Amino acid sequence: MLISAPALYAILLLAVPLGAIFLFSFWTQDYLTLITTPTLANYQEAWNEPLYGLLLRRSLMISGAVTVATVLLAFPIAYFVSFHVRPERKSLWLFLITIPFWTSYLIRVFLWKVILGYNGVLNSGLSGLGLIDEPLTFILYNANAVVITLAHAFAPFAILPIFVALERIDRSLLEAGRDLGETKLMTFWRVTLPLAMPGVVAAVLIVFIPTIGDYVTPRLVGGPNGLMIANMIQTQFLKLNNAPMGAALAVVAMLFVSVIALGFVWLNRKFLRVKQ
Amino acid sequence: MSLRVYAIAYLIFLYLPIFLLPLFAFNDSTIIAFPLDSLTFRWFYELWETPALHAAVQNSIFIAVLTAIFSTLLGICAARAAAKYEFPLKRPIMGLIMVPLVLPEIIVGVSLLVVVVQLLEWQLSTWTVVGAHVLICTPFSIAILNGAFQNMDTSLEEAAQDLGETPFSTFRLVTLPLVMPGIISSLLISFTISLDEFIIAFFLTGADPTMPVYIWGLLRFPQKLPAVMALGTILVLLSIILLTIAEYYRRRGLARAGLKDKGGFL
Repeated sequence: MLISAPALYAILLLAVPLGAIFLFSFWTQDYLTLITTPTLANYQEAWNEPLYGLLLRRSLMISGAVTVATVLLAFPIAYFVSFHVRPERKSLWLFLITIPFWTSYLIRVFLWKVILGYNGVLNSGLSGLGLIDEPLTFILYNANAVVITLAHAFAPFAILPIFVALERIDRSLLEAGRDLGETKLMTFWRVTLPLAMPGVVAAVLIVFIPTIGDYVTPRLVGGPNGLMIANMIQTQFLKLNNAPMGAALAVVAMLFVSVIALGFVWLNRKFLRVKQ
Repeated sequence: MSLRVYAIAYLIFLYLPIFLLPLFAFNDSTIIAFPLDSLTFRWFYELWETPALHAAVQNSIFIAVLTAIFSTLLGICAARAAAKYEFPLKRPIMGLIMVPLVLPEIIVGVSLLVVVVQLLEWQLSTWTVVGAHVLICTPFSIAILNGAFQNMDTSLEEAAQDLGETPFSTFRLVTLPLVMPGIISSLLISFTISLDEFIIAFFLTGADPTMPVYIWGLLRFPQKLPAVMALGTILVLLSIILLTIAEYYRRRGLARAGLKDKGGFL
């Protein structure tokens, strides 16, 4: 069977390793020796050590903020391309939107540091225009910088699913809404938006879940108060050489993300059903 | 109208870092800031004179080529199976294969690290990176190839078989030419993703760093930054060229299947 090759590959290189991480999180490490007696010690430490809780809460907050910012900024773009761009120009717009996303991720993140910095492009530009006297300092080496940079990095991930959902909307429904006496705004609110919701939900998930695992952006632009749980997971694995603790933190982070994501999907379903 | 203004402002936001890149790459100053100094090519020259970079680039290209080939092969199998056959557990199997699209990359990185280093006690190498990159590129390949396979007119294949072709020769003579644009597009996209991927490669790379891992090392040294900007300029140009070719083939594939372009890679 054709499917067996990719399926086997996904099982061996994805399902098995994920299982291994889960198993590992119940083990402990004493310098170089791995102790394979199952224990909840790592989870207890994750619960008791305030730093882990702080990093996890902050990561969820930052990822949440990134998601809200990205999706809110992306929706008008997807709407514009779907409803206001001539059909033959649509793929050009989508192409233009996706190009920055494919180009050198590390250097892009680094350049945000250049843009947002004390003597950066933004500050020198604004003071050159006479809009500010003192350089803005709230935009680098903190959570704001992480949110701006990640909102930039994940933009196409939010735009494309919303665009696809908007494209599927039967345009005659909108005309029907207008014919029945709804204003433009009410038609958008009662017809377009509910029908676009599947795209919005997909956009939220595809932005929220991966951003929690980014350690590059927090490291480069986040400063000490912008570090996230992924930085700690990376440190546990590569610097502290405590793979079981890192595994436990990864499991906890994934658990929280999954619960929040599922909760969001559930709330959205409930909300839409009520509307109908 | 105001929506168009917003769209243009948004595009400027998206392209801001990319516009800045060449400015600093040709700027004759070691400090990455305005105002700009005079024009220079020395940072490009410095790249040319750095053997460690050349080794990293070669390593990355090797990984990216293998990743492109393997993930496209797996993508062909999965897209074909999904389009043509019904089999038990189809949805969960396809779901599992597509999971890397939403899974945080660090999870893929650390879970493979644990298996390779701690459980199997193998050495990390170029091949561990290839393995992980194939895993994350396959969903993109499938997404691109799905379009090609699902929209193919199956009566063409049936006609070939009625005319006496074997299943294999039908695939080679009829199916393959029809989905070829999708395959080329998938190869190029996988290549681009692998070449640029850092988060996973950082965990799984062995003694020979990949290019992004090498760049990450350079970011700590302020005097190396202009050269990084020059390298970035080259990479941006290269990926724009590759993506334009990929887009051209994707559209040609759609035209061949007689479809309207719905746009986008994903």
